[in-house]
Amino acid sequence: MKIGAPKERFKGEARVALTPDSVKEIHKLGHECLVEAGAGTAAGFADEAYREAGASVVADAESLWQEAEVVIKVREPSDEEVDRLREGQTLIAFFWPAQNEALLERCRATGATVIAMDMVPRISRAQKMDALSSMANIAGYRAVIEAGNHFGRFFTGQVTAAGKVPPAKVLVIGAGVAGLSAIGTATSLGAIVRAFDVRPEVAEQIESMGAEFLFLEFEESTDGAETGGYAKPSSPEFREKQLACFREQAPDVDIVITTALIPGQPAPKLWLEDMVASMKRGSVIVDLAAEKGGNCDLTRPDEKVVSDNGVTVIGYTDFPSRMATQASTLYGTNIRHMLTDLTPGKDGVIVHDMEDDVIRGATVTHQGEITFPPPPPKVKAIAAKPKEKVKEPTVQEKRASEHAAFLAQTKRQAILLGVGGAVMLLLAQIAPASFMQHFIVFVLACFVGFQVIWNVSHSLHTPLMAVTNAISGIIILGAVLQIGSGNWIVVLLAAISVLIATINIVGGFLVTRRMLAMFQKS
Amino acid sequence: MLSQGFVSAAAIAASVLFILSLGGLSNQEKAKRAVWYGIVGMAVAVLFTAFGPGIGNYWLMIPMIVIGSVIGWKVAKQVAMTEMPQLVAALHSFVGLAAVFVAWNADLERRRVLAVQAVEGATEQFSAFAALVATKAPDELTFLQLEVVFAIFIGAVTFTGSVIAFGKLAGKVDGKAKQLPGGHMLNAGAAVLSLLLAILYLNGAGFWTLLVLAALAFFIGYHLIMGIGGADMPVVVSMLNSYSGWAAAAIGFTLSNDLLIVTGALVGSSGAILSYIMCKAMNRNFISVILGGFGGAQAGAAAEIEGEQVAIDAAGVAATLNNADSVVIVPGYGMAVAQAQNAVSELVRKLRSAGKEVRFAIHPVAGRLPGHMNVLLAEARVPYDIVMEMDEINDDFPKTDVAIVIGSNDIVNPAAQDDPNSPIAGMPVLEVWKSRVVFVCKRGQGTGYSGIENPLFYKENTRMLYGDARESIDSLLSLID
Repeated sequence: MKIGAPKERFKGEARVALTPDSVKEIHKLGHECLVEAGAGTAAGFADEAYREAGASVVADAESLWQEAEVVIKVREPSDEEVDRLREGQTLIAFFWPAQNEALLERCRATGATVIAMDMVPRISRAQKMDALSSMANIAGYRAVIEAGNHFGRFFTGQVTAAGKVPPAKVLVIGAGVAGLSAIGTATSLGAIVRAFDVRPEVAEQIESMGAEFLFLEFEESTDGAETGGYAKPSSPEFREKQLACFREQAPDVDIVITTALIPGQPAPKLWLEDMVASMKRGSVIVDLAAEKGGNCDLTRPDEKVVSDNGVTVIGYTDFPSRMATQASTLYGTNIRHMLTDLTPGKDGVIVHDMEDDVIRGATVTHQGEITFPPPPPKVKAIAAKPKEKVKEPTVQEKRASEHAAFLAQTKRQAILLGVGGAVMLLLAQIAPASFMQHFIVFVLACFVGFQVIWNVSHSLHTPLMAVTNAISGIIILGAVLQIGSGNWIVVLLAAISVLIATINIVGGFLVTRRMLAMFQKS
Repeated sequence: MLSQGFVSAAAIAASVLFILSLGGLSNQEKAKRAVWYGIVGMAVAVLFTAFGPGIGNYWLMIPMIVIGSVIGWKVAKQVAMTEMPQLVAALHSFVGLAAVFVAWNADLERRRVLAVQAVEGATEQFSAFAALVATKAPDELTFLQLEVVFAIFIGAVTFTGSVIAFGKLAGKVDGKAKQLPGGHMLNAGAAVLSLLLAILYLNGAGFWTLLVLAALAFFIGYHLIMGIGGADMPVVVSMLNSYSGWAAAAIGFTLSNDLLIVTGALVGSSGAILSYIMCKAMNRNFISVILGGFGGAQAGAAAEIEGEQVAIDAAGVAATLNNADSVVIVPGYGMAVAQAQNAVSELVRKLRSAGKEVRFAIHPVAGRLPGHMNVLLAEARVPYDIVMEMDEINDDFPKTDVAIVIGSNDIVNPAAQDDPNSPIAGMPVLEVWKSRVVFVCKRGQGTGYSGIENPLFYKENTRMLYGDARESIDSLLSLID
């Protein structure tokens, strides 16, 4: 099949759905690649690079749309592009079907199949094609970089000859992919990072990234895992508590990055005007939810505004496009993984399997029908269940349990000794004295053996086995004592025993020596 | 001819030397000296006994010792370190067989002595062992018979058990757990029959009872070990090691020889401790391992695993390794099978010379023999001070950049900790998944010996490097700079 990537028409969009690297990978699936001339220029990929990777560069969009059987794009199609869609063609792009009903209907009418990359279900298997996460990751990183750009101080604290510099304090609201990415970037720049999320189970992830989790004391617990990895709207009481927490933080923090989104709803207002007013002059707010109205009252989408008290509020919505090379690379890989799933035979034949959870979930129009919204996926979302915390035992409890264990051990030993003693007593009643003498030797030897063997290093267990093998060849003594017998059968059996016991002794010791010689210190 | 006094003194010296020899294995450097204690002890014991009072037929004994030495020397020279488990099992079988023979002999000699004594006035001169029997009181003779029964039974079980273990380890017998119809009832039946035969024998029945007894014990040994699968072999081999010791001790009682008793007890307890350590490392009961197989009644269905095994190629692994600072390698039996230890060692050398911290994490039951991996790595010239035990290294995984799992499965299965319904729940495992990236070097997508799915392979930070372990590692080598 021919896979074609046109140049993005949306104003300011620098990303491209196909990269020279992904061309090579898509070739391995048996597909051919087409790319519109200049499609990758803004993302830093020259036409020449595509040609070298094996793609054919097509002069204009018109002929690309005609030739390609599968069109891969970043943004949803423009009106002009929808007109070019034809029956049997497949379009893979971000589509936002819930917000673009009219567009969806127009695409359906063309009879083309549309796969929306934003509808890939959030299950473990589909993570490699989760383009939203890829883009969110970039947005989180870029948010910190943009904030740094407008922030007049270091992130990291320093003590210099010219005086002490305090570290920047960063607050990240919402610990989704973007939030975690922002936390990671900010901590690695040396800032003190605090983070908040309505889902208490992400605390562990936040802390693992090196940030402090702002914990809210609240009865009702929201389980974000059940809503497909996204947060749910919270109750008014919870919201009040949350805002109180932020109000307390506002005068202290230098940079605020908000990433709170609720699927299918405008972004919740979490950073209110009074909080902005109480922030220090020169502070920066980056609102990653700007496209959905913003988490901050002052946010204006696609713009940077400065409040009366000198706080910069950044509402850009094109963070991924601002890092077009990186974003295209990741998106291209996501698309390539989607194509891999669509090409199970790796033979260049696309099989659109509507039984497959991932493909079904992402498909929004198929064979002249709207297939959105998809049925809930059979597999549950990724977020792990929070682990139950094991309570640390108090000192008394610890001591009590130790004492109980000691008592139990004493009891066990006493019983064993008692039973052992009784058995010995009985044995001594019937056994001859000479046997008992040997038995004493036997029991003592067992004890010595246990004491000695416990100290053997684990790494020397194989040599231990070989050496015990060798010394268990001591049985040769028995055969030697019998070989002088007058009975020929006894002599024969004894002779064989001598032979095999010698093999044991010599073989065992030699192999042990060989092994031990190999153990070397570095 | 040396007097009995000399022989006894030699026995004491040999016992002490054997204990020192085992005690010296507490560390690698001391061990090199300790093995000499063992050799000297054995030489003293054999020489002084062989030239002690009442020993004859040197024309037969000495050639036998010479031939045995040559064979033993050849075997020890030629055996590859990956074949150590087989060799150990084969050597166990020799001890078992010798024990059976010596015990039979003991009874034959007893009968001969009694027959001669029954003829009034006979003054035949007996050789060493027969002379001893001649001095025994009737109650001592009864005990002698009892000891003979024990020695034959343990020796025979050790013999066939070790032969089967050898076959399984060498791949000559199918490694899967297999049992005849009737299962453990057959074993129990054979054991009951053996008991009856023993009672008959003690009440004066003929020598045939001992032959049948040995045959039954041979069957039990065969059937018991056939029913145990490949990965349980560390326990089996340790157990047989222990049995060979007890068999020697039982012979010691029969022959009234303290040196045999002491040595047998040392070996027996050594094997018992090894079995205990192995069982503990699998969180399984000794009895359940011996009775074979996983499974049985579980509390509920094991948790389902979701996700996908993500494959990676050698170039991807190499790129990550080049950027890593600390690497932990977890080898398993698969590494031995693929003979990949030299490639792994070369990889380690390269990574270490690039200034990276590389260590090995060894699970107690990795491989088919206790300490198997340590020996393989030592052979491949991996210094032993970077080879760590599970307890030493488990806490370090969160600080590790890359964990490489080569040919091991169950010992790195997180289900043992997370899933109370898993058949291996509670087994101590190496927590590789806590490191930043885990590479699993594996032949294909199958499950391990226990047939349990491994959620590790589906974790987000796990990448699967499919293919033969040696080829995979070799292809990595050229990509590491």
